[in-house]
Amino acid sequence: MALSDKLKAEFTELVTHYPEKRAGLIPALHRCQEEQGGWLGPQAIEDLAEFFGLEPVEVFGVATFYPMFRLTPRGRHLVSVCHNISCTLRGAEDLLAHVCHVTGSPVGGTSPDGKFSVVRVECQGACANAPMFDLDGTYHEDLDRSKAEQILGSCQ
Amino acid sequence: MKDFPKYLLNRVGLPNSHTLATYRAEGGYRAIEDVLKKPWTSEQVIGVMKDSLLRGRGGAGFPTGMKWSFMPDITKDPRPRYLAVNADESEPGTCKDRVLMERDPHGLIEGCLIACFAMRAKAAYIYVRGEYRLSYNRLQAAIDEAREAGLVGQHILGTDFSCDIWMHKGAGAYICGEETGLMESLEGKRGHPRPKPPFPAGSGLWKSPTTVNNVESIFNAPFIVRNGAEWFKSMGVPKSTGNFLLGISGHVNKPGVYELPFGLTARQIIDEVALGVWKGRKLKAFFPGGSSTGLLPASMADVVMDHDSVKAAGSMFGTAAMIVLDETASIPQVMDVTARFYDHESCGQCSQCREGTQWLHQIFRRIAHGKGQMSDLDLLVSLSNGMAPAKTICALADAAAIPTLAAVKHFRHEFEECIRLGRDPLRNESKHAPRLHEAHA
Ligand SMILES: Cc1cc2nc3c(=O)[nH]c(=O)nc-3n(C[C@H](O)[C@H](O)[C@H](O)COP(=O)(O)O)c2cc1C
Ligand code: SF4
Ligand code: FES
Repeated sequence: MALSDKLKAEFTELVTHYPEKRAGLIPALHRCQEEQGGWLGPQAIEDLAEFFGLEPVEVFGVATFYPMFRLTPRGRHLVSVCHNISCTLRGAEDLLAHVCHVTGSPVGGTSPDGKFSVVRVECQGACANAPMFDLDGTYHEDLDRSKAEQILGSCQ
Repeated sequence: MKDFPKYLLNRVGLPNSHTLATYRAEGGYRAIEDVLKKPWTSEQVIGVMKDSLLRGRGGAGFPTGMKWSFMPDITKDPRPRYLAVNADESEPGTCKDRVLMERDPHGLIEGCLIACFAMRAKAAYIYVRGEYRLSYNRLQAAIDEAREAGLVGQHILGTDFSCDIWMHKGAGAYICGEETGLMESLEGKRGHPRPKPPFPAGSGLWKSPTTVNNVESIFNAPFIVRNGAEWFKSMGVPKSTGNFLLGISGHVNKPGVYELPFGLTARQIIDEVALGVWKGRKLKAFFPGGSSTGLLPASMADVVMDHDSVKAAGSMFGTAAMIVLDETASIPQVMDVTARFYDHESCGQCSQCREGTQWLHQIFRRIAHGKGQMSDLDLLVSLSNGMAPAKTICALADAAAIPTLAAVKHFRHEFEECIRLGRDPLRNESKHAPRLHEAHA
């Protein structure tokens, strides 16, 4: 398999923003991850290596350095609960426990029905609206148990 | 609190504040127009920035105009040169740049144009942390609008000034906010900071002269160009001029991002801006400028919030991200969380940092969970002294070590009590609290 024509066209344009092609690698990893259900499989790593003229091991080395890239499959929805200081001071531990309870997913795992994965993340820059989580790329702030439950309950 | 002139957040509350139409209606892009049409020289722009005494808002407080003047003379060094805007905003407690990017993106774009003109940079890269999707999308849309209007790209406003602005997305690593880690990351590599020298102005992105500035620093430039250095210096205190964005979080009634003049005390900010400590409780301690700046006890809340006064009090102004702890907060728990953060974020190149951050975390964790020993406190101090100051490639090791020294100095009795009791009397453990061994999930 190789990159879809759509992604190849996007990346061909993307690399014109930089004097060196490799600079497009991290944005390209993001796009592959978005297109492929929220994680990067071995094939995606190989395809990107080919596009950027790198060894797969180099792309893998970059992907594993960055917490936002996931190298294993995950549930349909990803809940990233902040557990840094400002959130902890305003109840992040309780929020996390409640998120796990509502979704049926352990921390760092996936619910048995494959619907939710729950992870802990460091400060997301929403400290003045703590506690918070990110659900599939959207911030939800000033959370409490009932708000969290309502938001998670509306996931398909 | 006295009334004071404001400018940083004046547009963010307007309808469609993120659009070109609103920005233009508020006098937007007039600063760059004036610079290009009058025309100003690059030296004049750098001159007014220097005279304004603006200090960088990314944490170190380095004078922005002076930084710009370090770029080599283009007649002697024809390499292309770049501006990298640091929009990684990952210092715990910091949530201010996001407000500007989401709600006033054109202000940042105009700042980039002015900075690139002054430093004769060919392009600006805005490195936004990957989680900030709204910031990214708003900025990208604003760049597209500006390009369409002839404000970004070739021959800006029909002059011979050309400048591109590109968005670039990070992927969740705090170390990419360190300026040389940012450059490595922008080049498509792991964010491993580079030893200095060479400094970015000599050899930065793609070995070319580069300047890295925080979002809020760049955002100030159009205001300074339009209103002059004297106007800017009329605000604040002699050595910290202009207004700044304060992020205040934790145990206060009204956490938020506020525009303030330098020179208020921490107590005034907590009581009058954030409307006091929540639940009618007393103040115990606060981080003045993010988790990398040493915790100060309530007895030091009369410190004046400007770069030099906070430094004299033994901490740092940092990113003006105050985190407030009430009397029920557990210092061992707070230090466990911050130490975990630096352990998680160390890039691992320097052994003092890689191993030191791990040790600090383990020790704080065991104290917080009632398994500490009295000798741990001296161990924390000796480890920290081995990590900082300035013993490693970048300042992440300092960010972990210096607050450790501050915490042990100001709150030794609280750590000792946890150790003596074999538990943390202030920790209210949630019944379903995640287990210890899952700490990094
Ligand atoms: C570990 C570490 C993380 C940093 N993170 C950020 C950041 O997220 N945003 C930022 O603007 N500066 C950050 N800095 C500071 C930058 O290295 C740099 O000093 C700053 O971007 C310069 O901008 P200024 O001069 O406009 O303040 C960080 C520094 C260190 C040591
Ligand atoms: S001090 Fe820490 S984060 Fe900085 S380069 Fe060394 S190991 Fe990496
Ligand atoms: S501490 Fe949770 S968003 Fe900053």
